[in-house]
Amino acid sequence: MIEIRWHGRGGQGGFTAARLLGMAAAQYDECYAQAFPSFGPERRGAPVLGFTRIDKSPIHDHSKVYECDYVVVLDESLLETIDVTQGIKPHGRLLINTTKKQKDFAKLGVSEIFTIDATAIALEILHQPITNTAMFGALVAISGIVSLEAAKISISLSMAPKLVEKNQMVVEKAYYLFKQGASL
Amino acid sequence: MTNQENAIHRTFISGNDAVAYGVQLCRPEVIASYPITPQTTVVEKLSELVANGELDCQYFNVESEHSAMAATMGAAMTGCRTFTATSSQGLLYMCEMLNYVSGSRFPIVMMNANRTIAAPWNIYGDHRDSMAMRDSGWMQVYVEDGQEALDSIIQAYKLAENCDVSTPVMVCVDGFVLTHTYELVKVPKQEEVDAFLPKYTPTDNILDLDHPRGLCISVSPEWQTEFRYQQYKAMEKAKEIIPAIDQKFNKAFGRFYGGLIEAYKCDDAEYVLVGLGSVTGTMKIVADSLREEGIKAGVLKIRFYRPFPNEAIQNIIKNQKGKVHIKAIGVIDKAVSFGNHGPVYSDVKAALSGFLFPKLNFIAGLSGRDIKKEDIKEMYQKLICVSHGEETTEIQFTGLRWKE
Repeated sequence: MIEIRWHGRGGQGGFTAARLLGMAAAQYDECYAQAFPSFGPERRGAPVLGFTRIDKSPIHDHSKVYECDYVVVLDESLLETIDVTQGIKPHGRLLINTTKKQKDFAKLGVSEIFTIDATAIALEILHQPITNTAMFGALVAISGIVSLEAAKISISLSMAPKLVEKNQMVVEKAYYLFKQGASL
Repeated sequence: MTNQENAIHRTFISGNDAVAYGVQLCRPEVIASYPITPQTTVVEKLSELVANGELDCQYFNVESEHSAMAATMGAAMTGCRTFTATSSQGLLYMCEMLNYVSGSRFPIVMMNANRTIAAPWNIYGDHRDSMAMRDSGWMQVYVEDGQEALDSIIQAYKLAENCDVSTPVMVCVDGFVLTHTYELVKVPKQEEVDAFLPKYTPTDNILDLDHPRGLCISVSPEWQTEFRYQQYKAMEKAKEIIPAIDQKFNKAFGRFYGGLIEAYKCDDAEYVLVGLGSVTGTMKIVADSLREEGIKAGVLKIRFYRPFPNEAIQNIIKNQKGKVHIKAIGVIDKAVSFGNHGPVYSDVKAALSGFLFPKLNFIAGLSGRDIKKEDIKEMYQKLICVSHGEETTEIQFTGLRWKE
């Protein structure tokens, strides 16, 4: 089983990304998945969590996620107040939306850290700093949990029509930033 | 890539969406709605389906849960298939009407998103709301995941509307843990559900201008006992009908839930843990891992809390040769009955009063506190200890912050 934790702030779409990943895996990549938010009242701007579980067999576990293979941070400012490394497995990976480099996060003590300026991609294509789909594309690239095609289909079937094309572009752009040598 | 049409039947949806789609497939004619967390997205989704023309139904917002149940009952009196949903304080507020509906024998189906009761107030899940409605005369089924939520809605109409039962059903879905968790759910095709659950044919317990009669009547002391006895007998009858409906459902849709209970790896189990709802999936994982260590662990999932499956529970205790293989049994209650055992434990203990093996009650998962796999493992370990004669308290609050 692969377990992913998404860190964001209320309104940034962190849970939507958790759900898109689950949808891509479950509906289009023939896996089983679970996605849930940190339960409770939501406040815009407050730290929130999203979780995705993916497995080849049906998932019966309904307890919370305590250990993660991947942690995705949509908003770098969360690092100031939250220990995003909590529960990362020994070979777990951390993906951060930032303009900084991997080495700037060495003190976090995570073996594999990936960075991407998702805000820039979102501003360029969506003209809004909504980074969830860029981080979704980046995670798909570094993890290979689902195919790029499945990721794009999950967007086309769950987002409002006017948002689909641009968000698919965002996913692709983020994906290919990590897939060196691949052509756009 | 799956094509879009197939994708519709293999959907990644929340437990509340699963309930709403289940209701849509049952073609209710009247839905009364009043919002309350964590149920609200059920009636929201249904209102969307009605507004989009995907569900032909009279849908109306009312001013309270009490009115939601009263309105649903009014519609049921005209011979309609009806639905409403609630949670927690809302369920308590409609308590009076729940009894009117069950005593008047209207086959209403309602979803309850299990959430704790104030005070102390919060919105998170446990079973204190529906357990408090134990004696309301409603049948109660607790589900393990989104798929069972959808399927149990369909089964619930089949059960409630059976003319030998004519009793309302409450489908209990754990708040947040199921209602707000997205899972892979197969949504049956409309024609399959239509074949399983044909259009509702009401009994003569309806308003009919050509045949005037009293409904929801007053009864003198001379007859009240007989009315109650009939309700009691209907619930007893339901115990026979529930497994039959589940079997029929299995034939139609290829999914079977065990009828009243699901006994998971109980055939030779020495240590059995009993639970209801979403925690039972996690319990199965722990039982599997204990089996790998050589511990004969089993899980007894109670689906129907009312009618209570006394006989079905007694049947898992002995093997085919009539030998008792269980050494200790534990019951998880996500509710408290102040001044006594947890409600489920009381019933299980009574059902097993003829068996002398030790029994323990674990009060756990109150108002959204997670029941971790380690917690469940510790419960099994306590069962092993108590079976070896170790003294312990019968009622234990799992994860209590201080020791006593």
